[in-house]
Amino acid sequence: MSDYLVSIEHERLSFFTPAGEVKALNDVSFQVKQGEVLGIVGESGSGKSVTAYSLMGLTAYPGKLLGGSLDFNGHHINDMTEKQMQKIRGNEISIIFQDPMTSLNPVYTIGNQIREVIKLHTDKSKSEVQARAVELLELVGINEPERRLRQYPHELSGGMRQRVMIAIALACEPKLLIADEPTTALDVTIQAQILELMMSLKDKMGMAILMITHDLGVVASMCDRIAVMYAGNIVEYGTTDDIFYSPKHEYTKGLIRSIPRMDSKGHERLIPIEGTPVDLLNPPKGCPFASRCDKCMRICLREKAPVMYFGDVHYTSCWMNQKAELEGGTKE
Amino acid sequence: MVRYILKRLGLAIVTIWIVATLTFFLMNMVPGGPFLSEKAVSPKALATLEEKYGLDKPLFEQYITYMKGAVHGDFGDSLKQRGRTVMSIITTKFPVSARVGGLAVLFSFLLGVPLGCISALNRGKAGDNAIIVIATCGIAVPSFVVCTVLMYIFGVRLKWLPTLGLSTWKNYIMPIAALAFYPTAYITRLMRSSMLDVLGQDYMRTARAKGLNQFISLFKHALRNAVLPVVTYLGPLLAYTVTGSFIVEKIFTIPGLGGEFIGSITSRDYTVIMGTTIFLAALMVIMNVIVDIVYKLVDPRIKLK
Repeated sequence: MSDYLVSIEHERLSFFTPAGEVKALNDVSFQVKQGEVLGIVGESGSGKSVTAYSLMGLTAYPGKLLGGSLDFNGHHINDMTEKQMQKIRGNEISIIFQDPMTSLNPVYTIGNQIREVIKLHTDKSKSEVQARAVELLELVGINEPERRLRQYPHELSGGMRQRVMIAIALACEPKLLIADEPTTALDVTIQAQILELMMSLKDKMGMAILMITHDLGVVASMCDRIAVMYAGNIVEYGTTDDIFYSPKHEYTKGLIRSIPRMDSKGHERLIPIEGTPVDLLNPPKGCPFASRCDKCMRICLREKAPVMYFGDVHYTSCWMNQKAELEGGTKE
Repeated sequence: MVRYILKRLGLAIVTIWIVATLTFFLMNMVPGGPFLSEKAVSPKALATLEEKYGLDKPLFEQYITYMKGAVHGDFGDSLKQRGRTVMSIITTKFPVSARVGGLAVLFSFLLGVPLGCISALNRGKAGDNAIIVIATCGIAVPSFVVCTVLMYIFGVRLKWLPTLGLSTWKNYIMPIAALAFYPTAYITRLMRSSMLDVLGQDYMRTARAKGLNQFISLFKHALRNAVLPVVTYLGPLLAYTVTGSFIVEKIFTIPGLGGEFIGSITSRDYTVIMGTTIFLAALMVIMNVIVDIVYKLVDPRIKLK
C-alpha cells in the first residue's frame, strides 16, 4: 500500500439535495503511484470531478462521504479535520480548474494571487516570496514575469491565465496535481501548449497527475493509466494501451468507436452511444450502462457484474466478459 | 484619472444647468404663486410684492436674472421667510440633516453588509430566514410608521429616549434608526444576493483549493467582489439621506433641510425650491462621480473614460 501516493478504496459519496440522494460515487477504487499520470475519463456527471474533489476535501455540503477510505501521501483523508485539510491543499495536493477565465479573482493582481499561496504554506521572507513568484511564472513560460505579476487577470489571455493557474498550483511543489479538464475552455493550439507544459513540469518536479477529461485524445497522449467512469462507477481500468487497444467494457468500446479516425476509409459515420446517462437519483440495480448497451442481457439489468482481471492492472466489470469466458472465449 | 474627474465635473455643470432650467419652468407652470395663499391680499399690495421680487417681468427675463445670480452664487432671498437668503437657509439647515443622515447611512452600511453576509453564508437556515423576514419588513414598512412606533415604544412607554429636538446624543438615536431602517434592509438584501452570487464563483473554489481558511477567503476574496452593488446604491442614497427626510424631520421636529424641500413647494417659495433642487442635484452628481472612482478602486476591470 505504502508505495502508492493515492489510494482510494470503495469510495461511496452522495449529494443530499432537496430532490433526494444523488449517488455520485458508487464504490470507486483506484491507486496512483508517485510521478504517474492517471486519466479519469467519462461523460458529464459520471463522477470524475467529484472523485478528485473528494480527495481534496472539497465536496462540502450537501456532499457526504458514505463509505470507503481515501489515503494520500500518508494522510488518511477520511479522518482529517478541515484545518488539517487546509494545510495540505495548495501545498501537497493542488488543482487546476476547467475555466481559467473565471478561476482567478478579478480584483487582485496575478502577483497577489500567486504570492498568497506561497505565503500561506511556507515561511519565506517577502523578497523570497516575490522571487519565487517570478520563478514560477518563468517556469510556466510567461515572459516578462515582473510586469505580469502586477497585472490583473482580465489583462491576460485564456492560455496565459491557465499558465498562471498552473503556477499557483505548483507553487509549493505538490506531490499530486489534479487537472480538472484543464484544456476544455481553451482553443486547440493553446490546448496542446498547456498539455505539453504540464508534461514537462511533471518530468521536472516528479509529481503525479490526476487528469480528468472527456477528451480521449488528451488521455491517449498523456496518461500512463486510465480509469473509465460511468454513473459513479469505474467500469474499466487499465494502462493506456489496454484501454485503447483491448477495451473490455461495452461502454469503453463505445467510447473508442466514437472517436473520429484518421485512417477511416471513405465517409464513415461516427458511431455515437445512443441514449442518455442514467439518473443518479435512482441508479439502476444492475450494470449502470445496461439501458444504453446494445449487448445488454437479462442479467445486466438484475445484477452488477463482478470485477474481472485481465493481467495485473487491467480490470473491468461487464457481464459480456463473463459470458465470453464461460463460452471458452480467449482470456487475455 | 485627473482628466476623468475634470470631464465629469464639466458634465456635472451641464446636468445641473438642465435640472435648474427644467425646475424653473415647471415650477412656474404650476398654478398659484408665493403670495396667493396669504389671506386677502389686495391687488395693489400683490402688485407691489411681485414688482419687488421681479415676478411681474416676463418669465424668460426672470429666468435670465435668476441664472445670472446663481452663477455668481446668489440664489436670492426666500419669498416667504422674510429676511433670509436661500444660501443661509441651506447653510444653517444642511449640517443638521447631514449629521443625522450621514450617521444613518453609515449605520445602515455597517449593519447591512455583515447581515447580508451572515444571511448568505447561512443560506436556507434559521438565521437567514430571520434576517430575510426583518429585511423584507424594513423595505415594506413606511418611515412614518417606523417613526411613530419607535416614538411610542421608546419615547412614550419606556421613556428612554427624548422625542423631539436634537439637544443631546440620545435625541439622535430614534431619527437615525428611523432613517437607517429602509437602507439597512435594502443593503442587507443587496449584499445577500451578491454574496450568494460570489460564493458560487470559480475563484472562491480556487481560494479553498489553495488551502485558505474560510475567514480569509471570505474577507479577502468574496467581500471585495460582493460589495460592488452596495457601493452603487450608496452614492445616491447618501445624497438623498444627507439632504434630510421631510417625514422624519417633521415627526422628530428636527430643524433640517428635508422640511424645506416639501415646505417650499407647497408655499410656492420659488427661490427656495430652486436653491434646494440645485443643491440636491449638485450633491447627487458629485456622489455619482465619487461612486465611479470608488468603483475603479474596488474593481480594476472598470475603466474610467
